[in-house]
Amino acid sequence: MKLLDCRGKHYREVNAMVEAWWNTGERKIILERINGQRYIGRTLSGSGYIEVRGTPGDDLGMFMDGATIRVKGNAQDGAGNTMNAGKIIVEGDARDITGLSMRGGKIWIKGSVGYRAGIHMKSYEDDYPIIVVGGTTGDFLGEYMAGGLILVLGLGLDKGCSPVGKFIASGMHGGTIFIRGKLTEKQVGKGIGIEEVSEEQLREINNYLEEYSGDLKINLPDFLPKDWMRVFPLTTRPYGRLYAY
Amino acid sequence: MAKSLLFPEFKVVRDENRCIACQVCVRQCANDVHIYDEEDDQVYSQEETCVGCQRCVTLCPTRALEVTKKEAGMRPNANWSINHLRNLYKQAETGGVLLTGMGCSEDYPIYWDHLLLNASQVTNPSIDPLREPIEIKTFLGRKEEFLDTDWEEEPPVLKTQLAPQLELSVPIMFSAMSYGSISYNAFRSLAEAAQEIGTFCNSGEGGLHPDFYLFGGNIIVQVASGRFGVHPGYLRAAAAVEIKIGQGAKPGIGGHLPGEKVSPDVSRTRKIPVGSDAISPAPHHDIYSIEDLERLILAIKEATNYKKPVSVKIAAVHNVAAIASGVVRAGADIVAIDGIRGGTGAAPQVIRDNVGIPIELALAQVDERLRREGIRHRASLVIAGGIRSSSDIIKAIALGADAVYIGTAALVALGCHLCQKCYTGKCNWGIATQDPYLTKRLNPNIGKRRLVALLHAWSAEIKEMLGGMGVNALESLRGNREHLRAVGLSREEREILGVKAAGEGW
Repeated sequence: MKLLDCRGKHYREVNAMVEAWWNTGERKIILERINGQRYIGRTLSGSGYIEVRGTPGDDLGMFMDGATIRVKGNAQDGAGNTMNAGKIIVEGDARDITGLSMRGGKIWIKGSVGYRAGIHMKSYEDDYPIIVVGGTTGDFLGEYMAGGLILVLGLGLDKGCSPVGKFIASGMHGGTIFIRGKLTEKQVGKGIGIEEVSEEQLREINNYLEEYSGDLKINLPDFLPKDWMRVFPLTTRPYGRLYAY
Repeated sequence: MAKSLLFPEFKVVRDENRCIACQVCVRQCANDVHIYDEEDDQVYSQEETCVGCQRCVTLCPTRALEVTKKEAGMRPNANWSINHLRNLYKQAETGGVLLTGMGCSEDYPIYWDHLLLNASQVTNPSIDPLREPIEIKTFLGRKEEFLDTDWEEEPPVLKTQLAPQLELSVPIMFSAMSYGSISYNAFRSLAEAAQEIGTFCNSGEGGLHPDFYLFGGNIIVQVASGRFGVHPGYLRAAAAVEIKIGQGAKPGIGGHLPGEKVSPDVSRTRKIPVGSDAISPAPHHDIYSIEDLERLILAIKEATNYKKPVSVKIAAVHNVAAIASGVVRAGADIVAIDGIRGGTGAAPQVIRDNVGIPIELALAQVDERLRREGIRHRASLVIAGGIRSSSDIIKAIALGADAVYIGTAALVALGCHLCQKCYTGKCNWGIATQDPYLTKRLNPNIGKRRLVALLHAWSAEIKEMLGGMGVNALESLRGNREHLRAVGLSREEREILGVKAAGEGW
């Protein structure tokens, strides 16, 4: 295990150190007193664990390819930006564009996220990105989404409130979003379907929920299908009819 | 259904005396223009679907075919052109946005054709490139403000750490064309030619097919708003990384590869399901400001350990000089600017033909602005959009470009006949298609040979022109507008170009 006190250190120094350790085979690294350093854990390939104590800066885990990052605090914009594989666990909130263009891996957010979370996620065969948000999300959740899974749990929210904003899944053409709590058709983009969730569908996401609650050490309430809504694209060719050929 | 009011664009003329009903034309046409009638043992043509790509004409063994522009029989009207009428009929029938391919084909001024080059006479002897070396090698990347050298050492030692550079043996690179928009064989031709010549091709925004990682040393990979195929291995494999903000053919809008072209192989490269649209949104959703652009540039530099130049490609729009200044300040090592003539695999026609400005004006303004601000050395300028010949290139260099990207010209070298139907995925020349029946028409070995030949020919011409000016290195011409004179341009245009009128001396 390696420990780095990051106070006053530029992100370039922190990331270079982490990469150097990683390349020598050190797979447990603790970053103490992180405060706004960007790109923590960027491009790290293979499994291993990085603990971030403090508030990391933008693009946490950018292009990451297998590592696990646990943030003991909040994350800023772009956590998991264009991430390929691995896991990011945030024990607080995250901000805008969490999981932008994610291609694989998992992002667990204990609290809430900002605007445009999960925008343009995509999946292919076994590469199946998943974002689970414990609290609420801002507008444009899952915009342009092309694949993968987003779960919004709406924990701690008053009954009858919606845990997501407006223009949900605008331009979505692949993947699925499950939202626990109120969701109306007015909140979703054009060409997007919403439906109630079946027992079977709930069972399908149960594994992910168990993994999420285990990683974050929280007890989830008993979920009932009727508490949930599922958001899905009505077409994989949203632009198919827009053009004259 | 009511009969379409659309009239054929092309006339197919078959010389019955020459036609031997061999059906080559039938097999070659993906648009089903030619039909063989077994009973009559004759080939007929239905010209409604002909796109004028000249594939059948070229391959007809007896030269029995001719495809010409069909003159519509309507009364000529200067306001309501045939193109306007066609588009009106088509949109009234489909209700759709008109798609097109290649670059803007409208009749806007082409400033290259109004610029003339200088040559030496008497006082400054010209150089014969056959006898004397002329250097056209080009380095792209950030140049240092000062070079700290230890002259005490023998030989002297350069102490300044130089920023990463791309080394080009010719000032010409192949523009971004994704695998997906063009075929495997077309991409392979470009990559192999770039490697043989010692220059670079560009992955476009479609990721990199596993076979092409071998050519990584000669590939600039793109990170675009769709982030297709972007992962650490992709960034590491490349010689440089280009952030695509805009494209000359469609400034301000995103792109989408229609589901028809998302074949199993393309889907693997892009990591999206077969047959679904591959959508590149208009903006990068992590870039809403110059500061955000800086963040992505730095992310890429972090991801590649500061060993690769990062390029930012923007479209030439009205405020391009200020935008380019911001891009340089954000840390781009190369700024690529794509003009209104820049090509595309698919764009709305209304955007392609009406948005953006000519690259010549944009280049002159950007170079001028960066010089005035004292930051020209911080990034190389690469321009793109309708470069047709070696003379366009040398004029671009004199206007201030470090190098050019060629896209359409390279495709024409591969056999493209500019039918502008790239978006249909039915390219009869095997270039802009994923249909295996069509793609095998382009042999990558022959394609590579033709591209290499083109670049050799242009290099020789560039050296001839440089020699004629009495200049023995391209570097000496860069941004030297005294070597240019304008004909047939207004004072305002000359001022924007920073070029004197023909007839004016020094």
